Amino acid sequence: MKTLLSAALAAITLVSPLALAPVQAADPIRIGSVLSATGPAAFLGDPEVKTLQLYVEKLNAAGGIAGRKIELVTYDDGSDAAKANGFAKRLIEDDKVDVILGGTTTGATMGMVPLVEKAEIPFISLAGAVVIVEPVKKWVFKTPHTDRMAAEKIFADMKKRGLTKLALVSETSGFGQSGRKETIASAAKAGIEIVADETYGPKDTDVTAQLTKIKGIAGVQAILVFGLGQGPAIVTKNIAQLGITLPHYESHGVASEEYIKLSGAAAEGVRLPAAALIVADALPASDPQKPVVTGYAKAYTEAFKSEVSTFGGHAYDALMIYADAVKRAGSTDKPKVRDAIEATKGFVGTGGVVNMSATDHMGLDLSAFRMLEIKGGKWTLVD
Amino acid sequence: MSQFLQLFFSGTTVGATYALAALGFSMIYNASGVINFAQGEFIMLGGMVAAVLSAAGVSLPLAILAAVVVVTLVGLLIEKLAIEPARDADITSIIIITIGVAMIVRGAVEVTLGKASHALPHFSGEKPIAIGGATLLPQSLWVMAVTTLVVVALALFFGRTRMGKGILATAHNRLAAQLVGVDVKKVLLASFGLAAALGAVGGILIAPIATTSYDAGLMLGLKGFVAATFGGLGSGVGAIAGGVLLGLIETMTAGYVSSAYKDAVPFVLVLVVLVVRPRGLFGLGSTDRV
Repeated sequence: MKTLLSAALAAITLVSPLALAPVQAADPIRIGSVLSATGPAAFLGDPEVKTLQLYVEKLNAAGGIAGRKIELVTYDDGSDAAKANGFAKRLIEDDKVDVILGGTTTGATMGMVPLVEKAEIPFISLAGAVVIVEPVKKWVFKTPHTDRMAAEKIFADMKKRGLTKLALVSETSGFGQSGRKETIASAAKAGIEIVADETYGPKDTDVTAQLTKIKGIAGVQAILVFGLGQGPAIVTKNIAQLGITLPHYESHGVASEEYIKLSGAAAEGVRLPAAALIVADALPASDPQKPVVTGYAKAYTEAFKSEVSTFGGHAYDALMIYADAVKRAGSTDKPKVRDAIEATKGFVGTGGVVNMSATDHMGLDLSAFRMLEIKGGKWTLVD
Repeated sequence: MSQFLQLFFSGTTVGATYALAALGFSMIYNASGVINFAQGEFIMLGGMVAAVLSAAGVSLPLAILAAVVVVTLVGLLIEKLAIEPARDADITSIIIITIGVAMIVRGAVEVTLGKASHALPHFSGEKPIAIGGATLLPQSLWVMAVTTLVVVALALFFGRTRMGKGILATAHNRLAAQLVGVDVKKVLLASFGLAAALGAVGGILIAPIATTSYDAGLMLGLKGFVAATFGGLGSGVGAIAGGVLLGLIETMTAGYVSSAYKDAVPFVLVLVVLVVRPRGLFGLGSTDRV
């Protein structure tokens, strides 16, 4: 009896790989993602997770990618960059995914980069910093604009208004510090002088001390706040409290309704660079991005009854760039898909028109950013 | 001069919020020798409940009252469900329980009230008051005034009432207090309720200035704990002095040195104080340390 059983088992083990083989062709495409659905970066990660779930469902309802259904595996790193690495390992080794989307934050992304490079798996990050794609890493791509582009866009706007002396207030978070570095690095080239360089903590409840110091510096012509979430809202309120009337710029990190809601009247007149998605309805009909951004905004608000943010848009772009690449590659074979992603040309996403190349794994230029101004509690296009 | 005045105003406002958090720590420490790491969550919960209610259309005074009541009930519940069953455990275990409770509260708020940041309307407008070239928000006056009131009320409570004296007696010697007829179980329950109410008041007061979110309690709790240790755990005067000093040192460092050292300087100072005076600036008596 025992021998019979083991013989049967052996037979099954022998046969099963063969039996499974034809099924494998129609196996689902496995998309893995590590996002910050909770924790301080949740306002970025939460819309990203929701967007992925919504569009995977939509793609599956339409027959999947190239005839294959998609299976989404998401992990929440709780905004702790140190955890992202472990989840990436799990995605690669246990879940055997075909691609990894995510890394909500730059810290989480950079934590996963060594793993994906070693495992040779396509990786599209949703985080902002330049370091992700500079220097170019073979398997690493990203969809959001970089902080350097944000700084350059702000400098261009300052030049137009005849402003050259800037006071910088940056957050001590990864996003804020990377923004600070890029702002300082590209200021000289743009002819902008940084006359103050202050910082604040992401959970600080008061920034008037730093602003008082800036107020006392002669010749400051504009203030740039580089941060994410509730911090910049507190800075904005403090600026109003101190009666500082200098032109005030924010980074693309606050391009969400929550910033206007938290800052209230203090946000009036604040300018910031942001993706077209924020002003979807205000875009002229001739804009190539108009159909994409209005479509995404409509689908998202209908599904979740909440405002769209650019961050969810980054997830949409990443998913669609991958889907597009799989179609062109004709398979999910990792090297082929990687080459196809790198060859992405003229892809219209929510973040802009993407033209990737072997030297540019982001593929966006300054035209992807629109300069916005908050007027009457609403985003308006400056140019 | 106006710069110094501005920094002074900012420092005392921030400091007053730290002081309120520190008082909560001292309260429970006094009654049980336990450092309640869920104190920050009481602060967060107060701000969150008030903000959500007010956003839902409830009038501000009612929202504030409801928030204080809700948080006090949560404090009592925590004591009943988590602390009381473990009353025979050693203090370290109870401290660890409070850390767990803090995580549960934070998680529950995240799931039920969402992850977004909320702002409560200012109590009496947002128009800054100009004094000697510096500006002060009316809300800051609220924070300072209520903190002072709370301190006076607490001093009276501990010095003049049976309940207050009972709490102090229990802290000093649990067995002796029990022998002379103090209901120590009730004392612990009352101290949690009081600390929760205190936290809620603090959270509500600063929510208009600082905004609040489900994870706001972490940082405020930490700062409150540092302020309490700085001033001397268990001492009311110490909590206030520690909080205000911490706030002032932070803002002065940011204003005159560099904001990069804003968080580091106070922590280094606290270390120095603890080396020189291990019980903090105003700490008295001997109690077991963990």
